[in-house]
Amino acid sequence: MIPLLDPGVADWSRAQFAVTAMFHWLFVPLTLGLAFIVAIMETIYVKTGDPEWKKITRFWMTLFGINFAIGVATGIILEFEFGTNWSNYSWFVGDIFGAPLAIEGIMAFFLETTFVAVMFFGWNKIGKRFHLASTWLTGIGANLSALWILVANGWMQYPAGMRFNPDTARNEMQNIWEVIFSPVAIHKFLHTVCSGYVTAAIFVVGVSSWYFLKKRHLLLAKRSILIAAIFGLVSSLLVAITGDSSAYTVAQKQPMKLAAMENLYQGHKGNGLVVIGLHDPNKKIGDGKDGFLFKLEIPRLLSTMGYHNGDAFVPGIEDLKNGGFKPEYENISLEEKDAAFSVDEKIQRGRMAISALYEYRMAKKNGDSARAYEAQRVLDRYFMFFGYGYLTSTESVIPNVPLVFYSFRLMVGLGFWFIILFILVLYFLYSKKLENKRGLLWLSVWTIPLVYLASQLGWVVAEVGRQPWVIQDLLPVTAAVSKIDTTSIQITFVLFVILFTGLLTANITIMLHQIKNGAKDGGNE
Amino acid sequence: MFETLSMNALQDYWWIIISLLGSLLVFLMFVQGGQTLIFTIGKTDMEQKMIINTLGRKWEFTFTTLVTFGGAFFASFPLFYSTSFGGAYWVWIAILFCFIIQAVSYEYRSKPQNLLGKRTYEIFLIINGALGTILVGAAVSTFFTGSQFTIDKLNLTNTLNPVISQWQGAAHGLEAMLNWRNAALGLSVFFLARLLGALYFMNSIADENIFNRSHKQLLYNAIPFLVFFLAYMITLILSKGFAVDPSSGIVSMEDYKYLHNFLNMPVVLILFLLGVVSVLLGIGLPFLNKSRYGSKGIWFAGPGTILTVFSLFLMAGFNNTAFYPSTSDLQSSLTIRNSSSSHYTLTAMSYVSLLVPVVLAYIWYAWRSINKKKIDSIEMENKEEHVY
Ligand code: HDD
Ligand code: HEM
Ligand code: HEM
Repeated sequence: MIPLLDPGVADWSRAQFAVTAMFHWLFVPLTLGLAFIVAIMETIYVKTGDPEWKKITRFWMTLFGINFAIGVATGIILEFEFGTNWSNYSWFVGDIFGAPLAIEGIMAFFLETTFVAVMFFGWNKIGKRFHLASTWLTGIGANLSALWILVANGWMQYPAGMRFNPDTARNEMQNIWEVIFSPVAIHKFLHTVCSGYVTAAIFVVGVSSWYFLKKRHLLLAKRSILIAAIFGLVSSLLVAITGDSSAYTVAQKQPMKLAAMENLYQGHKGNGLVVIGLHDPNKKIGDGKDGFLFKLEIPRLLSTMGYHNGDAFVPGIEDLKNGGFKPEYENISLEEKDAAFSVDEKIQRGRMAISALYEYRMAKKNGDSARAYEAQRVLDRYFMFFGYGYLTSTESVIPNVPLVFYSFRLMVGLGFWFIILFILVLYFLYSKKLENKRGLLWLSVWTIPLVYLASQLGWVVAEVGRQPWVIQDLLPVTAAVSKIDTTSIQITFVLFVILFTGLLTANITIMLHQIKNGAKDGGNE
Repeated sequence: MFETLSMNALQDYWWIIISLLGSLLVFLMFVQGGQTLIFTIGKTDMEQKMIINTLGRKWEFTFTTLVTFGGAFFASFPLFYSTSFGGAYWVWIAILFCFIIQAVSYEYRSKPQNLLGKRTYEIFLIINGALGTILVGAAVSTFFTGSQFTIDKLNLTNTLNPVISQWQGAAHGLEAMLNWRNAALGLSVFFLARLLGALYFMNSIADENIFNRSHKQLLYNAIPFLVFFLAYMITLILSKGFAVDPSSGIVSMEDYKYLHNFLNMPVVLILFLLGVVSVLLGIGLPFLNKSRYGSKGIWFAGPGTILTVFSLFLMAGFNNTAFYPSTSDLQSSLTIRNSSSSHYTLTAMSYVSLLVPVVLAYIWYAWRSINKKKIDSIEMENKEEHVY
């Protein structure tokens, strides 16, 4: 048997979901940010009445449209994949998770699609102010859709505001505000949309730099780069701030993810932050090594950032596996106040919860209310470990450490590079020397792929880091699947890859062609 | 205000919303129908361009309605979502493919360097128009004809095979296409969409040739539409249906169930008849007086479609009927009582549903503002306009 070809329904569903999500996320960030950049440009046009600004606005709007279409095409699959590939999940948490998806449709997608049509087709049909309002509403619609989908995703990382109902065998919503205002959802939303703004800003800065290098469309380039660099500097600072607060929520709610992000196997009080490090590929759980071939560390910083306390104990992967330490993070059961459970203890409790559910349903069926009551008490008590009951090995709670660790390092590093780049661009714009700084201009052009990389890596950190959970602690991926055969998913996986690669290539060639042509009769000096 | 409603009332309310979205979706598929007529009605490049641009300003609404329909179904009746999507995998994947290729086609078709060439994108539009409508119609038909699945929530406690909904149909949904009744409803939707598309062109394009050719298409498509639709309705009314006992929840087969539903819910019957008459008027009036009614047909056929589909959805779910029946295990059938979200979630979502009229209002306003004038060749040649 060749293991790679038949790793099972869960793995192929993951692969398919990951591929479709990552494709979607290639287009979404630009939509989120460019919508606002275009809106700012049009606002200037309406304020000044300068027709050059209109041409500049329309140039970027064309690129927006090309990107938008494929964003829509890839988005619809994700929504339906929750049903097609994660049907058990859709029942287990549908009572909570369905709501944001529906609200997204009603509140955000219609706003976006209605006003995007006005924005493209309304130029000569409606007043300037109504048109401007439509452009802003398109951006607001896009960002609202981000809000709802990230509320949904945040809830999966940190389920809040719900209760398990054994009669329906699912989780039911108790408080929608706890779902929406969960700290994870809020930080995730802010960090993610800001990263979208940075993506769009780098895109505009990069394309404008290319015009400088080619000495074409100089007016367009000069005006666009100024707006994008300011917008980008502000957003990239916000990305760093919200990234820090995201890391804090990860430390508090998902300690295993944090340990993976930091390649931390054995934690201690006053943990340092590894700025640069090399993961030791020979590291085995329990071999006593620290998992690094080399590291450069700032003392106490990890405790400070993750716990806002320089002396805090940050548990490593092995600590979390073996338990027994005194946890200082928030997401912990009452019984673990003094000593965290080991994974084995959690698995035991998870199994107890699952058999209590069985007991409960059988007792109900046989009309034995005393037994049902007893079973429900056990279930309530251990429900927070429910998902562990499905795990077959202790080590399956550990995500892919090097992938998460390096992805995180690279994303953060790039984040700081973007801040520097925006500062440099603004400085040379201000001193009117930018057009001759060919090195910097080329760097700006080559930063375009890097910002996409950073953005993808962010999701790798967030999603790979939470494996094996779909719903943190409550449902592992293996129990979330649909009952379909692996071959079917393999076929659709391949079909999706082929289709998307084709569409992506078309998207890029069309974009490049439009960029080469620049604004139609305008934007020149 | 919704908190005080009973569970049954909330479930009914949400079934009405789902029915409304479903019927809007079928109406908006005039875009799909129109896409299949691009080459039949448009003979020159300019004619095709006008047709594609008229549709191109509307396709997003159909698409978004589909997305919202899916999301709303998920939020209000999650057991349907997990059972149908996870089970009838291949049908839904096929529908998704149809819509993915549509979404890029308008924007990319006329752009230089678009890799696949203009023709390919036009073929994408035709595939979307033909296959999309037939598959959606057939999928809706399974609300009456049933599918093969079982549901057992106890599975959740079997850690080796915890999936609650298990599909028994070998082809994961494609088997539904072999049932001639499902296919008949699929084809009815297809021809109806083409009728609506042709009426829409007559209404919104200022071009003599397009007008006349669309008019001709009305007849060609009305006949197969009527044949398939009548055949479907007659067998539906005569067939057994899936009845639920409201107190025990037990599902059983009942003779003439759907006929009984019409008779027990006269309002639904009236809506249905009104809808059908209105669709027929929309198709028929342009034959009485082409120049006078030609461009108005859509105003009858469109609302008529909405009423008809709406009443069919109501018939599928109300009056103690299983809306997603299982032919493998009757007791696994889904009803609006056993598949819905919790009282809390339905209440919260009901508040959100109050936004729907707001959404409809701004869509109406925005459409009017960019549709004041019919599309013509002058607009298509104006460089200042965004054209596909
Ligand atoms: C942070 C933002 C963000 C994230 C994480 C996602 N999306 Fe998305 N989505 C958007 C932001 C967005 C957007 C910017 O609003 C898009 C891109 C282009 C567009 O039209 O809207 C969009 C389009 C889009 C569409 C097409 C909507 C239409 O008809 O216009 C669907 C159905 C989805 N998305 C669904 C999803 C699902 C199920 C996701 C999660 C798994 C998801 N999106 C992740
Ligand atoms: C759009 C950006 C997103 C990207 C790039 C992304 C990326 C990924 C990746 C790489 C995986 C695979 C992880 C692995 O198997 O190791 C994954 C899985 C998954 N993600 Fe995301 N994700 C995104 C958004 C979301 C959102 C917003 C949600 C929820 C609403 C979500 C839900 C899931 C689910 C259900 C899985 C499958 C189960 C799992 O493997 O955890 N993802 N995603
Ligand atoms: C500057 C320093 C940065 C820090 C400290 C930081 C921190 C983080 C953290 C901790 C997460 C994981 C959150 C979770 O698992 O829930 C994350 C996710 C993410 N990051 Fe960053 N990040 C930074 C820069 C960037 C940049 C420059 C981009 C892209 C332009 C980016 C895009 C993302 C995305 C898309 C996600 C996934 C969504 C999410 O979970 O919020 N980040 N980031």
